[in-house]
Formats: sequence, C-alpha cells, structure tokens
Amino acid sequence: MRIGIPGALFYFVYYPMWKVFFEELETEVITSGKTTREMVDNGVREALADACVPVKLFFGHAMALKDKVDQLFIPRIVCMNSKTVYCPKFLGLPDMIRHGLPDMPPVIDVRIDTRDKRFAALRAFMATGHMLKKSTPAVLGAYAKSRVTQMKFYRLLRSGFQPAEAIDMVFNRIKAKPVITTGQMTFAVVGYPYIINDQYISVDVVNKLRRMGINVLTPDNISPLSVAMQHYDSGKRMFWTFSDKVLRATRYFADRKNIDGIIHLSAFGCGPDSIVDRFIHMDNSRRSVPFMSLTIDEHSGEAGIGTRLEAFVDMVKRKKRGE
Amino acid sequence: MRKVSFPHMGESYRAFKMLLTDLGNEVVLPPRPSRRTLNLGVQHSPEFACFPLKIVMGNYLEVIDKGANLLVTSGGVGPCRAGLYAELHKKTLRELGHPVDIIVFEPPRLHPINFIRNVNRLNPARLSIKAIIECIKRGWRKLQALDNLEKISHIIRPEELHRGTTTRMYKKVLEWVDSAYTTNEIIEAEAAAVDEMNKIPRDHERLILNLGMVGEIYVLLEPASNLEIEEVLGNLGVRVERSMFLTGWTRDNTWKETTEGMTVKDAAHPYLPELIGGHGRDSIGHTILYAKRNFDGIVQLAPFTCIPEIVARTILNKVSHDYSIPVLTFFLDEQTGKAGMVTRLEAFVDLMRMKKMQAAKLKPA
Repeated sequence: MRIGIPGALFYFVYYPMWKVFFEELETEVITSGKTTREMVDNGVREALADACVPVKLFFGHAMALKDKVDQLFIPRIVCMNSKTVYCPKFLGLPDMIRHGLPDMPPVIDVRIDTRDKRFAALRAFMATGHMLKKSTPAVLGAYAKSRVTQMKFYRLLRSGFQPAEAIDMVFNRIKAKPVITTGQMTFAVVGYPYIINDQYISVDVVNKLRRMGINVLTPDNISPLSVAMQHYDSGKRMFWTFSDKVLRATRYFADRKNIDGIIHLSAFGCGPDSIVDRFIHMDNSRRSVPFMSLTIDEHSGEAGIGTRLEAFVDMVKRKKRGE
Repeated sequence: MRKVSFPHMGESYRAFKMLLTDLGNEVVLPPRPSRRTLNLGVQHSPEFACFPLKIVMGNYLEVIDKGANLLVTSGGVGPCRAGLYAELHKKTLRELGHPVDIIVFEPPRLHPINFIRNVNRLNPARLSIKAIIECIKRGWRKLQALDNLEKISHIIRPEELHRGTTTRMYKKVLEWVDSAYTTNEIIEAEAAAVDEMNKIPRDHERLILNLGMVGEIYVLLEPASNLEIEEVLGNLGVRVERSMFLTGWTRDNTWKETTEGMTVKDAAHPYLPELIGGHGRDSIGHTILYAKRNFDGIVQLAPFTCIPEIVARTILNKVSHDYSIPVLTFFLDEQTGKAGMVTRLEAFVDLMRMKKMQAAKLKPA
C-alpha cells in the first residue's frame, strides 16, 4: 500500500506527523517533493484559471503522484483550535481533487473539526487507521509516535529553522548549522507557510534574504502562545486560521525592537489575503517598522523579486545608518 | 441629525426604506450602482477583494456624500470573506475621514443579543416590540411581493410578443408595490401587478429554453452588477429560474433551515459534503436539482476571486458531465463588458437550443 502526500499546502504544517503515522502502520509514504516547472504547468493547465497559485500548485503536486500511489491522503481539515476555520478552498480541497482531475487514485478525506467533538484529531487518525484495516492499538501507537515527531518539528521551528529545513532535519538527520546569526539585521517575512516555503513559487525569498546577510523570521518561528497573546483591533476575529496567525504574528513582529523590516508575501488571487494585507497596512501605518508587501504568482521572475528585495534591504540599511 | 442608509441590492431597498422610516429614521436612499459607484469603490478597495465589496464601498461613499452617517449591513460568520466586509468598510471609511458608524446584523440564531441591540439602535421612534414586529412583518411582505414580481417577469419575458414590454411593465408595477403601505395595500398592489403582468401579449408557440441560474448572492440579486443578465437571457427566449431570492435566503439564514435548504444540501452531498461558506454548496446542489428537472442549461454567476464559487466551479465540471447539463460560468468584475457577455450568452443559448431540438427529433413521436 502506497500513500501519497502532495508536497503543497498542509505539507509544510503537518507532513512530519502524517509521514510517521503512516510509516508506523507499515504503509509506504510517497511525497511529490519540491515543486518543479512541470508541476506548475500542469496545475495551471488543469485547475480553474481563477484559483489562487497555491491551489494550482496543489493540483500539480497531486497529478505528479497520480501513477505512483494507491491512495492520496488529503484530509479535510476544517478547524483545529475550536475557533477559526481554514479558507474555503481548503475545505473543498479533497472534492476539488476528486472531481476536478481525471483518473485520480482514491482520496482519503477524513474530516477534522474540533468544534464537533473532543479529540477530533485523534478520532480522524483512528478512522484513517481503520480504513487501512489496522488494529486500534497499532493506530494509537502510531498516533503517539507521530505526535512526538511533530513536537520535535515544532521545536526546530522555534529555533529559527523554516518548515522545509526542519522536515529535512527530522527525517534525514542532517545537522544543520544555525541560521540565526547575531549582529545582523533581522527581517520578518509574514505570510502563509505554503507560500513562503515553496521555493519555486516564492522564488526562494527566505534564502535570498539570508544571502544578503539578513536573519529571517516567519510566523512559524514564534511560539503559539506569543501569537495568541497578540491582539489586533479589528472588532471581529479573522475566520481563517492561517490569516489570523499572520495578522497576530505581524503585530508581534512590529512590536519587537530587533525586527528591522517586515515583508508580507502573498499569492495572486488569494481571497483572505485581500483583507489581511489591508489590515496589516492599517495596523502598521501607526508604527515605524519598514514594510513591504510582495505578491507572487506563477509568472514571478527571479530577477524582478530579487531587485525589489535588494531595494528594500538598501532602504532599510540607509534608514538604520541615519539613526 | 442622524441619517441612515444601506447597500443597494436589487429592488430590496423599497422594503428596507419603508421599514427604517417606520422605525423613525431618516433614510438616504442608496443610488443604483453605476460607473461612478464602481470607480469610487475600486479606488478605495483592496485589489483582489471581490466585486460586491467594491460596489458596496462605492455605494457607501455615494450615500455619505448625500449625508448618511449610519450604515446598516449584514455580517456573517465565515468562512466566506463577506463576514469581514463591514469591518474593512468601517476601517477604510474612517481612514478616508468619514465619521460613519456601521450597524452589522449577524445571524440572529447565533447572536441574539447583537440582533436585539441593533434593532434598538435603529428605533429612535421608540416603538414597542409589538409595533416593531408589525413593521418587520410588513417589510417582509413587501419583500415577498417584490420577489414574486421579479419571478413573474422572468417567466413572461421570453414569451413576450413585443420586446421590452415586460421590462417596462415590471418597472411600472414596482412603483405600485412601492407606494403600498399597509399589509392589505401591499397584497392588493401585488395582485393588481400580477394581473397587469399577465396581460402582456405573449406568444405561446415559441420554443422556450429553461435555464437555472446559480451563484453568489450579491451578483445574482443586483442587476447592476450582473449587467441585467436575466433581461438579456429573457430577450434571447430563455426562461430563467434563479436559485436565490432575498426572502428565501433570509429564511434559511435567520432562524432555521427550510426543507428547500435541506434538499439542496442533500443533492450536493455526493460532490461536496462540507459547508464552504458563501453559496458554493448551494450552487452545486441547485445545479443537480435543475438537471433532474430536465433544465436545458445552467449559468453560474460569481464575483472575480470569489473563493467558494471557485471551489464550486471546479466540481461543477464533473456535475455537468455526470448529468450532461451545460454550465456556463461568468466571473464578474469591474472589467466585465456587456457586449462580451451577450456574445457568450448568445453562443450558449444557440448550443442549448440545438441540443434541445436534436433531442426532440430523436425522441419517438
């Protein structure tokens, strides 16, 4: 039995957990890996033109796995914290893949909604395990192990690594050198993990900045508690988990003394970001942290993004010297 | 002096105006969205925000020009963006230097206190609860009358002998309902209007196509945003059945779900078992129901970048294939031109007509 996990969207949040869970249940896990040109082209061709870039990429990743796996694991993650849900495109993701692409392998689409029942995540994994005809104790054991790995993954994120690097370190036991060096400028790159960490679509913004001698922090690098403690003065809570996190994380970064600049990375056609970006603007206009908003799509070029980043970095440096 | 206004959405403003005036408010009528509304809205909204947000923003700026300082709108609890619109509008308007207040009505089922407080704020005449309920009932009746007349115009227009008579008549009878005040007057005006509409000379021999219209509520309900698509289709000899009217939607979303709502949900279940916000699931469910009733085609209307409708559209491909019903989707925004839309509709109607005629020929007599 081979289970396919597309290397996009939730991959950057839950992949370590999912991989360990399925491997403990003696199933082979195959992922589509890094985004390639071909995947982008496939996704752009097959997905609806009006869909956002990350969803198009997800289509491309799913197609890359088509003939390699027996089942695709695309859980319907509705709500994980009993408060906020995910973007409608995430809620309809399994259905979009099932009905939007021809000849796809069966999709495992367990529903996780913590507002419904207690231990919804555990229940969902139990259901998945039973679907694979495994016994309850085996599934429980696999779930416990997968949680341990996920914790390890979170610890690596807190120490400044980005999800893609942390995944590498968890599974390939690579001893990476620390990415945060003291005495350098620090930028916060805010945005959704599946945009920032997809090296192809984000034109590798994180490493580009690092090569310019800048420490990079993303919302994944701060603890959930500090995120939760931030308040933004929008009367209504953001509905979407990722957007809520980005908005609060931006608030957190803007209040830090050691953050020299904030870059908001968003994808073309992203629904929630149309509102998030405006809220960040309004929130930041009262603060003095330099801010840039960068929109990427399937046509973003290496040179264009590079030039804008360099210009931004130069301006921040000049401002710092002037002080 | 406090002046109240609200966003323009189809003909519903006639009922809202009456209700708010009864409660003792001075009402500024929102103008029908025009080029100017769009320009204003686009200028002050985020680029990727969906079309309704931009139109409503423009509408707000226009009524503020006329002196409105209290805006009434609906809220929402996600996951569709529309629930955050009021927040975004308020912040943007304040940033532009307009000291306006926005009253947001959340679904009363989930936020009963918010509902009562809002009603109280909109009641400077200090009417009793009984009187308020009376006013709401009358407003509701008017809304129903307006919806009924619109439905009838959709049925009659494709059969009219002289093009344009239905539209002219519809505009005329709307004024009758508009000037009716008591419940009895509204019922009488509605009956008279229906009679008058039925007198329009019709050609019953014509081959009429049945078309279901699904999609996002604002672009379905506001003719200025969908470039009067129903009129265009009617003139092409197509009887349009729209999946959504304001009264039906309000019933589904204020107190409890109706059986109609449940049927749509059940129909959509094999394709989309999850509520994805907005009207994504409704679009799929209604398409299936229309297909089962042997409709000739479906038109889906959605604002550009509308998240739930994008999900629905992706899945509708499969539905269209499974039920062999053609689906045409329009993603509308400020760039949509009427001529382009009409051309696409003409081609679509031609295809539907050919399919229908072929099927009729093949059928054993």
